[in-house]
Order: sequence, then C-alpha cells, then structure tokens
Amino acid sequence: MSAKKYDAGVKDYRENYWTPNYEPKDTDLLACFKITPQEGVPKEEAAAAVAAESSTGTWTTVWTDLLTDMEYYKGRAYRIEDVPGDDSCFYAFIAYPLDLFEEGSIVNVLTSLVGNVFGFKALRALRLEDIRFPVAYVMTCGGPPNGIQVERDKMNKYGRPMLGCTIKPKLGLSAKNYGRAVYECLRGGLDFTKDDENVNSQPFMRWRNRFESVMEAVNQAETETGERKGHYLNVTAGTVEEMYKRAEFAKELGSRIIMHDFFTAGFTANTSLANWCRDNGMLLHIHRAMHAVVDRNPYHGIHFRVLTKCLRLSGGDHLHSGTVVGKLEGDREATLGWIDLMRESFVPENRKRGIFFDQDFAHMPGVMPVASGGIHVWHMPALVSIFGDDAVLQFGGGTLGHPWGNAAGAAANRVAAEACVKARNEGRYLEKESRDILTEAAKHSPELAIAMETWKEIKFEFDVVDKLDAAS
Amino acid sequence: MTEVQEYKSRLNDRASKKFETFSYLPPMDENDIRKQISYMVEKGWNPAVEHVEPARASCDYWYMWKLPLFGEKNVDKIMEALNDCKSAHPSDHVRIVGYDNGRQTRGQAMVVFRGD
Repeated sequence: MSAKKYDAGVKDYRENYWTPNYEPKDTDLLACFKITPQEGVPKEEAAAAVAAESSTGTWTTVWTDLLTDMEYYKGRAYRIEDVPGDDSCFYAFIAYPLDLFEEGSIVNVLTSLVGNVFGFKALRALRLEDIRFPVAYVMTCGGPPNGIQVERDKMNKYGRPMLGCTIKPKLGLSAKNYGRAVYECLRGGLDFTKDDENVNSQPFMRWRNRFESVMEAVNQAETETGERKGHYLNVTAGTVEEMYKRAEFAKELGSRIIMHDFFTAGFTANTSLANWCRDNGMLLHIHRAMHAVVDRNPYHGIHFRVLTKCLRLSGGDHLHSGTVVGKLEGDREATLGWIDLMRESFVPENRKRGIFFDQDFAHMPGVMPVASGGIHVWHMPALVSIFGDDAVLQFGGGTLGHPWGNAAGAAANRVAAEACVKARNEGRYLEKESRDILTEAAKHSPELAIAMETWKEIKFEFDVVDKLDAAS
Repeated sequence: MTEVQEYKSRLNDRASKKFETFSYLPPMDENDIRKQISYMVEKGWNPAVEHVEPARASCDYWYMWKLPLFGEKNVDKIMEALNDCKSAHPSDHVRIVGYDNGRQTRGQAMVVFRGD
C-alpha cells in the first residue's frame, strides 16, 4: 500500500467513512441504523460519523492511524435510504470487517455498535434497527443450549404449543405457599410455571427454600398426571458466583429448566450460563426485563429484533416475544419478524416485517418464543394461529384468576389450546371460528366455560407506540 | 355453575392420568382420529404406531408396532395398523406418532387407545 503523510486536524467523516460504491462482503457484519441528525448535518456526513464512531474513528486525526491499515479496519457507510413517511430521519447501512469483533462475544459487538456513538452530539437520536451477523461470526457463538427439538424431546410434548403461567403475587409469598400455587397450576394441565422476574432471593422467600418447595410441587404434579412438568427456577443473581450456585442446586434437585434475565444480568453472565446449561443438559428460559427501555422508542435505542438475534447467539432456549393480542406492546407483522429470527435457520430480508437483511443462522438451534402478558382463553385461537406449535403460551392472570382456582384455570387453558390445535389440524379457520371452537370445547369442560364467562369483556386495544415504518 | 368446584384429579384415579396432546379433550371417535391422521400425512410426516403397558407409560421408549409406516399416505392403512396393534395388545396404551424427518422431531404424538 502507499505511504501517506500525517496531516493533523479535524476532517469531515465522509472523506473516509462514506463509501457509496462499496460492495459488502459475505464476512462483513452489517448494521442498519435509523439516524435523526441535528439540523444542518448532511445525511452522508451523519452516516459516515456513525460508521466512524462505531469503528475506528475518533474526532480528530491521530498520527498512530498511519501505523495501521485504516482502509482495511474501518467501518463503511455504504448506503442511505429514506424512512417511509418520515423525513426527520433516514436509514444508514454500515459494513464492518469481521476483524473488529472478538469471536463469540456479543458483548464486544454491542460495545462497538451501540457504544459511544449513541451519545454523539451531531445526532439528535440514533436507533440500531438490525444487524446482519455473517455466518462466519454466528459459528463462533454457542447459541441456545438445547434448542426447540431437544426441548420437545426432554419434555415429551409434540404437536402443540406448550402452556405456562407466572406465579403471582410476584412478591411476598412464602416458599411453601408459592409451591402450592405451582402444584395447582401443573396438576391442572400446564406444562410449565415460572418464577416472576422480580423473584430472586428476597427476605420473604430465599432462593433455596423456593427451589425445594417448587420441585416438590413439580414432582407431585408429574406423579399425579403422568406428564412431564417444569418450573423456570430463576437463577438471576447479583453475582455470577451466586448464579452458578443456584443453577447447581436446581440441577441437584432434578429441575429440567432454569431461568435468567439476560438484559439486566448482562450478556457475559448470560453466555456463561448458557454454556453451563449446555454442559448440564438444562433448559434455559430467558426473561427480558429492561428491553422496553431500549427498544420502545422508534427513534432512539436498539430494536428488539437486534436483541433477539443477540440473545440467540448468546444462548437461551426460550425468549419472551410479546403476544400481539395481550397487554404489552407489539404489532403483528413486527412480532412475526422477530419470531422468525428466534426459530428459523434462515430468515430472508423482509421489510414488511422490519427485517433489513438476510440472516443465516446455519445449524444454530432455534429459540422457543414465549407469549406472555394479559392473555386468557379467548385469545387462544389467535395465539395458536399466530405462533403455531413451537411456542410457550403463558397465562398468568388467565390461570390464577380463574374463579375456581389455579388448577381449574390451568385446565381451562389446556382444553382451549388442545381444542384449537385439533380444529386447526381439521382445516378450520381458528380466528374466524374462534367463538364456535371454544364454545364446543366448553361443553365438555366446565372449567373452560367459567373462564370464558369471566374474561369475555377484557380487551387490550391501545395503539402501538413503536410501529413499523411505512408510508401512510 | 358459579359456585366454586373442586378440581377432580387424584393419584389413584385412572382418569387423572394424562397423555400429552389431546388428552384433555373427550376421547376422539374414529372420524376425528382419521382427520388428525390426514393432517400428519398432509404435513409429510411418517406415521408410526407404538404401544406400552400402562405402568410404564411415562417412559420415552414405547414398543414399536413393527416399523414406522414410511411414506404411507393412505389413512385406511394407518387406521388398520392402529387397530391391529390394539387387537394384539388389548391392555396396552396405543399411540400414533408423526415423525418429521426434515426437522428431526415428532410433528405429532397422540394416544389413540387407552389400555387398562
């Protein structure tokens, strides 16, 4: 390569980092940012600034730049696109050479891509919309410890979505009373119960007592029903040493599944725990507390589809996905987009679902989406239709709030789910015929009939805050 | 019906034992079973018939009835295999499995006859 002279001072970013003729390589890590620049900053300059600040650049030229091959290592803004229906912002596509990222470290990828650049003054707001991880990088990550097929085999559940419930009240129960709530749900027909994310090891219920009571409940329900059951024992803790200690005890008690909050605990802890689960044949349920802090604002933060990809690479067998129909945010097409990113081995670019790049996961196992939050039996037909079989549908209030108690609530959900699967397999249209399908099933299940009566009026019809960008 | 009802499930009650998918619905008649088999066949899954003594029902490996009916699309033939298995082992549970060889899993598994 040719030698350059050192020329101190501040240069426009676009001189080095705006490369509209660049053809991205298969091994490049690609990112799509939505950029809202400060007034007067040209698009190319803003895009180049993001490319620079998230890769090799700093605000001024430094002489040590000349000791390496910056042309090779730099990130490149290679395309800008309008955001449909919004001229305050635009999309910038940036390619990074693979060498910029440590193998198997989601931490390192995020530190670069969503690091200092997000506080950059020339931008009013910045959002990471999507990342294309090259297969070469995917192959350096461990991924889900078990995956969907292995989970089905371990749990012996085929041909239907699995059913779960988060135990409530989420704080304040003693371990023994908590175990009672678990037992009632599982004997009534649910496959899983779940620790609420807030439950770690508080004074009213220390983790060890909870684990013992819950596992007694799981074992009793298995003996009674003859079916395999699980409770997501939350091992999220203040230190990784404590996290491992709890995971080991869950294994000692014979639990099939544990749980972790990947975002509050961080990707380092999560990846380590996923590796532990792989080594110990343990299923790993992933909760996503804090995600809405970074993914809900349409102009600033990180889109959930990026967090989904990061979690799949870091490792987890379940991930909360939103329900489309319940109390939490999520529009249907966008949700279908990130559900694909959890489960499929190849996801093609599909702007209608907010997918900006083809993503090849090669042989990496899939993650089971978990639909949870404000759902009840009336939602079952839509949920089975939206999610298909490879999902966990979680009814918290929709189980525990049944007038006859948890077991009846669980049975109502199980009957409704099986009736929907049966009807779907017979070629009926679930969403159109939902009332008929549930009414027929309720003839044989007083538990379902009461559940339908209890929740007939509940709807969650608010407009979504984060909509897919589309021209209106 | 609004009065609170107890949940009737007992350790020593045969009816409280469940068998995963569809075991919370009333038993299917032959017509219903045929519809479910048609669904498996349309999905391209390979049907297989398995049976087991009720005492051993919770294990993974039930006895295979001969070999899976690879590529069999004829619902009559599949029903016949289920009935043959039931006649040969009248006190066993009998289930049909749909092997999804593309995804290396079972697309479906349902108990068709409950044993004693």
